[in-house]
Amino acid sequence: MTRPERVIGNLNRALHKLLDDDPRAYVVGEDIADPYGGAFKATRGLSDRHPERVISSPISEGGIVGVAAGLALTGNHPVVEMMFSDFAALAFDQLLNFASKSVSMYGRTVAMGMVVRCPTGGNRGYGPTHSQSLQKHFIGIPALSLHEMSPFHDNADVLTAMLSREQPCMLFEDKTLYTRGMHQGGVVDDLFRYELLDDPSRTARVFPVDCGDPDWIILAPGGLTERAVAAMRTLLLEEEVTCELLVPSRLYPFTVEPLLETVSRARRICVAEDSAADGTWGEMLAQQLHQHLWRRLARPVLLLSAQPSVIPTAAHLEHAVLLQATALRRALTEASQ
Amino acid sequence: MASAAPHLIGGTTTATVPPARTGAEPLSLLPAEDLDTLLMIRHFELAVLELFSQGLLHGTTHTCLGQEYIPVALYALLDEGDYIFSNHRGHGHYLARFRDPHGLLAEIMGREGAVCHGVGGSQHIYRDRYLSTGVQGESLPVAAGVALHLRRAEPGRIAVVHIGDGTWGEGAVYEALNMAQLWRLPLLVVVENNKIAQSTPTERQMAGTIQARAAAFGIRYHHVTSHDVVQVRRELSDAIADIRTRPQPLVVEFSTHRVGPHSKGDDSRPAEVVRHAAARDWYHRYGERHPEQFAVADRNQRLAMAEVVREVQARPASRWEHS
Repeated sequence: MTRPERVIGNLNRALHKLLDDDPRAYVVGEDIADPYGGAFKATRGLSDRHPERVISSPISEGGIVGVAAGLALTGNHPVVEMMFSDFAALAFDQLLNFASKSVSMYGRTVAMGMVVRCPTGGNRGYGPTHSQSLQKHFIGIPALSLHEMSPFHDNADVLTAMLSREQPCMLFEDKTLYTRGMHQGGVVDDLFRYELLDDPSRTARVFPVDCGDPDWIILAPGGLTERAVAAMRTLLLEEEVTCELLVPSRLYPFTVEPLLETVSRARRICVAEDSAADGTWGEMLAQQLHQHLWRRLARPVLLLSAQPSVIPTAAHLEHAVLLQATALRRALTEASQ
Repeated sequence: MASAAPHLIGGTTTATVPPARTGAEPLSLLPAEDLDTLLMIRHFELAVLELFSQGLLHGTTHTCLGQEYIPVALYALLDEGDYIFSNHRGHGHYLARFRDPHGLLAEIMGREGAVCHGVGGSQHIYRDRYLSTGVQGESLPVAAGVALHLRRAEPGRIAVVHIGDGTWGEGAVYEALNMAQLWRLPLLVVVENNKIAQSTPTERQMAGTIQARAAAFGIRYHHVTSHDVVQVRRELSDAIADIRTRPQPLVVEFSTHRVGPHSKGDDSRPAEVVRHAAARDWYHRYGERHPEQFAVADRNQRLAMAEVVREVQARPASRWEHS
């Protein structure tokens, strides 16, 4: 049996496929050309194969997102790499005031198919300006969709889904996922299986083998998958607490209605994420869940985030600030009482 | 009038100083069509200010009084396949390209027939290959992206972006100039240097010069001091033709004058500065030089604009099918 494809390989293959299949596709970013192939190697081999449409740029995040918007405006499908998602702050004006606005501010729908890829998140010791999960800062901007990479969602499908929206999309890619394996064939491990649901967010549902209605439903973006599954495993084996995990591919826009049947099977719901606490994606979900399920829930939605803190560099300090599997499990145990 | 060869200054070539022009040379006789467009823009802007003073317009606007000749001169050198990126002071750009005062006024007034259904208003307009947006400097990287597309997909066409002297305070300008020169993009940067950024004189917001900034990137630069439509075209036609056949950016700086306020009645310049600008206004200079042609055309455009205002004002409110 061959080893499962690594997430970074899957992403790289998706970018190759996009450039091979779509003559209007471009990939733009800093240090993305061969032989270097990008800081995380997501773009390896692309420039050798498509030198005209793979553009290694100066260090100009705002500029290259603007260039991508110009390419999108002329009917192309650019994918821009932010070397670290933290630097998307430098492109905020282009995303907020130009690319997303242009979809509707001219009184008719203007197609702006473009993707900004954002290597995201901590637990790698890169420190306060290279480790953040900034999804929450981009939520709620009309015509800007946020997606997150996961080991369940094939990146070629995700890219196709994003570009078919014909509006700017951001793809958040938790950096710790790159070296992990993609899950295949509905199997996570010996205890857990998964399926992809048909809701607009293309949610992956992870569930224990041979399980009825779970005690908990956990909603989390793709970057939390491994930590969530680790917590679920311990809870199942040590405390006989059963959890299901829902991992939406699209974080925003997000509507919980299509998932109500699934989430209402548990009386306890948790939203876990790696953003600094307050004003987060999880709060948006909790508000929606409360609207629909208030009377059915045993307790308010449990919100778990990183500490409202900068992300320290030293391993032990960083570990304490970000949401870890152990903290996730502990919080679920306490809230199960 | 002496013909002037395009005066192009590359980053590494030696600059020669062009013959000094004060913006006060006699203005050439124009074909009726050009004069009509100039006057259409002038009377449109005056009508907009008048409507504001009557409390009939909602929001804000930025008129291009005194700068009308720039798009009128320039756009004769463009074709409809070229992209134009306009800015907050864009009525003249729109009218020079489309000669559609009804659609623009309807846009500003939120009336039926508005170019963008009243969503964009004065400074956010998109029609065919013309686009304006309201954040300073933001459109330069976008125009560079469009130029990248044109270079590959429609060689010979260019992206034109209008900016002001104040726009040079934005970092996006330099990111875009760098990429445009690195990647040899057919990007024409039109700088309308009216010597004032809202209320701040250029010398208080810009160190050095636009010419030196272009030279720092090795980008060709041309300085236009004339306000004469014929002369401006003569100066620029070869340079613009050249960036079509040999794709690369070009910065053209117009020394111009803002005759009106930044927005509406917010002119805090000293009276002598305003008088200096008014003295160089093409409108009066052309009228003095070619009184007979001017008087008829001016009257016609004034009456036509009054009719546009009357007609558009009577229209029902615009509707927006929000998706």
